[in-house]
Amino acid sequence: MTTPPEAPRDATAPLLETRRLCRNFGALAAARDIDFRMYAGARHALIGPNGAGKTTFVNLLSGRIRPSAGRVLLKGTDITRVAQAERVKLGIARTFQINQLFRGLTVLENVYLAVAERLGAAPSMLRPAGRRRDVVEESMHLLDTLKLADDAGHRVSELPYGRQRLVELAVTLGLTPQVLLLDEPAAGVPSAESHIILAAIAALPRHIAVLIIDHDMDLVFRFAERITVMVGGTVFASGSPREIGADPDVRAVYLGQAHRG
Amino acid sequence: MIFGVDVASMLLGGVAAGMVLFIVSVGLSLTMGLMGFVNLAHGGFAMLGGYVIVQAMNHWGMGFAVALVLGFVITAAVSVVLERLLYSRLYRAAELDQVLLTVGLVFVMIASVTLLLGPENQPLRLPLALQGQIDLGIVKYRTYSIVLIATGLLLAAGLWLAFERTQIGAQIRAAVDNRRMAESLGINIARLFTITFAAGSGLAALGGGLGAEFLGLDPQYPLKYLVYFLIVVAVGGLGRVTGVFYAALLIGVLDFVLKKYLPQGGTAFIYGFTILLLLWRPQGLFGGQAR
Amino acid sequence: MTPAPPSGVLNRPAALVLAGRHRIRLWETVPWTLAIALYVAFPKYLAFGTELLITILFALSLDLVLGYAGIVTLGHAAFFGAGAYTVGILAKQGLWSEPITGLLLAAAMAAAVGLGSGLVLLRTRGLTLLMLTLCTMALLEEAANLAHVYTGGFDGLDSVPITPLFGRFEFNPLYPTTQYLYVLAVLFACFAFVRTLVYSPFGQSLTGIRENLLRMRAVGAPVRTRLVLCYTLSAAIAGIAGGIWAQANAYVNLGTLGLDRAATVLIILALGGHGRLYGAFIGAAAYMSLSHFLSKVYPTGWQLGLGLLLVVIALFANNGILGVVETLAHTLRRRRTGTPASPPGLR
Repeated sequence: MTTPPEAPRDATAPLLETRRLCRNFGALAAARDIDFRMYAGARHALIGPNGAGKTTFVNLLSGRIRPSAGRVLLKGTDITRVAQAERVKLGIARTFQINQLFRGLTVLENVYLAVAERLGAAPSMLRPAGRRRDVVEESMHLLDTLKLADDAGHRVSELPYGRQRLVELAVTLGLTPQVLLLDEPAAGVPSAESHIILAAIAALPRHIAVLIIDHDMDLVFRFAERITVMVGGTVFASGSPREIGADPDVRAVYLGQAHRG
Repeated sequence: MIFGVDVASMLLGGVAAGMVLFIVSVGLSLTMGLMGFVNLAHGGFAMLGGYVIVQAMNHWGMGFAVALVLGFVITAAVSVVLERLLYSRLYRAAELDQVLLTVGLVFVMIASVTLLLGPENQPLRLPLALQGQIDLGIVKYRTYSIVLIATGLLLAAGLWLAFERTQIGAQIRAAVDNRRMAESLGINIARLFTITFAAGSGLAALGGGLGAEFLGLDPQYPLKYLVYFLIVVAVGGLGRVTGVFYAALLIGVLDFVLKKYLPQGGTAFIYGFTILLLLWRPQGLFGGQAR
Repeated sequence: MTPAPPSGVLNRPAALVLAGRHRIRLWETVPWTLAIALYVAFPKYLAFGTELLITILFALSLDLVLGYAGIVTLGHAAFFGAGAYTVGILAKQGLWSEPITGLLLAAAMAAAVGLGSGLVLLRTRGLTLLMLTLCTMALLEEAANLAHVYTGGFDGLDSVPITPLFGRFEFNPLYPTTQYLYVLAVLFACFAFVRTLVYSPFGQSLTGIRENLLRMRAVGAPVRTRLVLCYTLSAAIAGIAGGIWAQANAYVNLGTLGLDRAATVLIILALGGHGRLYGAFIGAAAYMSLSHFLSKVYPTGWQLGLGLLLVVIALFANNGILGVVETLAHTLRRRRTGTPASPPGLR
């Protein structure tokens, strides 16, 4: 099985890159020698069977866990030792497979927290939060963009799960990332509501590099301009949707799963 | 007296005290390790058991061994009732709620005992066979200390066997390591916990009775020694029987030695030691992943 | 300068609610009115009142770390005692006895203890952190006992000399009028600070840390720095409470550092409702009133009742009195108007 050679877009350097990235949990090798490249404006999908190590990989990229070996580079700079919060400041943001929101707070307050961190407003102790116009304005605009404005004053816990998932996306976009890692963005969303997620993903700003993990092949093949297949903690195949769809080995790996080629 | 002998008898006292600490604290360690439940009322079970044992011996005319068994059984039974009625409702609750519940429970226990039996210390009259000293010629050792050490070793061995060789022991160990994984393997965590809680509380009762002779037994017992039990559990590592064993011995011996050579600052030393240890290893000496 | 987007956004209902959250509501004047009323109408209860106000201040400091940042601590008396002993030792040694600056020194000392222990302890969480707060406080208590030359050991320091306030108003232990007004003023100042903090972006981020630590990290918040800062500020305020206790009572002892005091303030906050600014007020008033009347008459009965109350709170009313009030108000509102949406909380 051959991996098609990496053909860089416009011959520019990759935005996010890993070199021989490894992560062991005791005897389990959750990530083995992963070489990965993503460019500005990418629409990249990461697929693979359960347990392939996709979420572990995203955790390694976002800095939630440290690798056992290998490097992570952002715009050529080594960020392997950089902590999660710092990576956010550098422009890497992620959503979680299960919503991680502030359920007792309103939608606006959720997005506010993210925007406030980014704008450096968060350490302010003496002015009321609601009076920071810059933060409030930007948060409301973001909610407008994602069509969440009507829910701005509602607690997250009151929203249907699909709209909560949108809030998860809004909070992450409030960080104005250059790299956006979406861990199964449609997971847990009833099929009746999943189109709002898909629409939101399709409308993401073009300059952001987006990596999606998902099992929904319709979503993957519609969204992705590049697909990487992971199996057993390592990259199995990588290429354009057509190449991956036509690859017989990839189909073998997904034995039993029916999808379009 | 020869210096070495002095040290030996002091160490013996410390080891004996450590054994008592172990017997009382092992239940607390399992409770915290298995369910992540902060049970500040654990000392209360030790006290209740101690009171049952003392009452049985002093007023109901029972022998020491029988009284111990009675104490174990009654306390275990009471703990099951409390666990099913109260504790089980807060397994997934916030830490603060667990603290409030158990502090409230311990207040109820202390007040009940005071109302029923008064605030005085309950003296435990050891059976004649256990009093006095064992004369080995050059050295004499307190008989009771030897008995305590033997009992502690027996119980430790018994617990070790139970954990390593029985199925239920394996289940408990698995659940301590990774509760979610254990649940998905079909292990009935709720039942496991009730059993562990009952056994742990029963053991605490034993420890309360066995240790009444030198730790005393009065209504303030649970609060007086709360920090000590927590230290032993934290230093040993939550949910680890071996951990609690060694930690209890360590603290017991340290306490005895310090009382002799550093009577003023002994307790401060133990607190400081615990802080440093937990900062270096938050999971304790033998604990698994940090909680 | 950022390009101005259409300002209509700020007039949306959600934005307006957020902007108005911090506004002072009418009922917020009630506690202060009652405090003044006590002074005027019940001069015989001023000693009780002074103790009550100090307890409120201490509980308020705990609410900052517990109710807002979500740090469960059984060792908060460490800072109370640090402040109390600072005032006591300085005054007894003849080094410093002016009250207001004495409070600042108490706050500084307690803040130092808070910063030192916070930097080190807040690397841990949950049970380990709880243990460590207990140990730290116990260690301080032992240290105070050992340094009995300065601290008076088990007996403590009594007849601590405090110079009159502004040179004119004496602290009279028999007629604590000066003490009462002094404590009330200090409480007001500290409360104003805490209230501002809670409604600020910093306070909002503490709530975020409490609600979802993982998410806060994922939005780039320097979580540990925030927690240490919060812990230090809380320690400073607890130190002020301790210092003012020493000044008002002209007395310091090991009880200021003890588990009893730490547990009591936790109970008070749980009773009133944590994470809600006025929980400290209500909890302290309720607890101290009950304790004042019951604990001397039936001490064992008081302990039994308190224990049962705690069990009930833990199981059914873990947001305390204010939580119960909120739920009642919410239910009444829903029945009356039939709206499904929940009201913005007091938080």
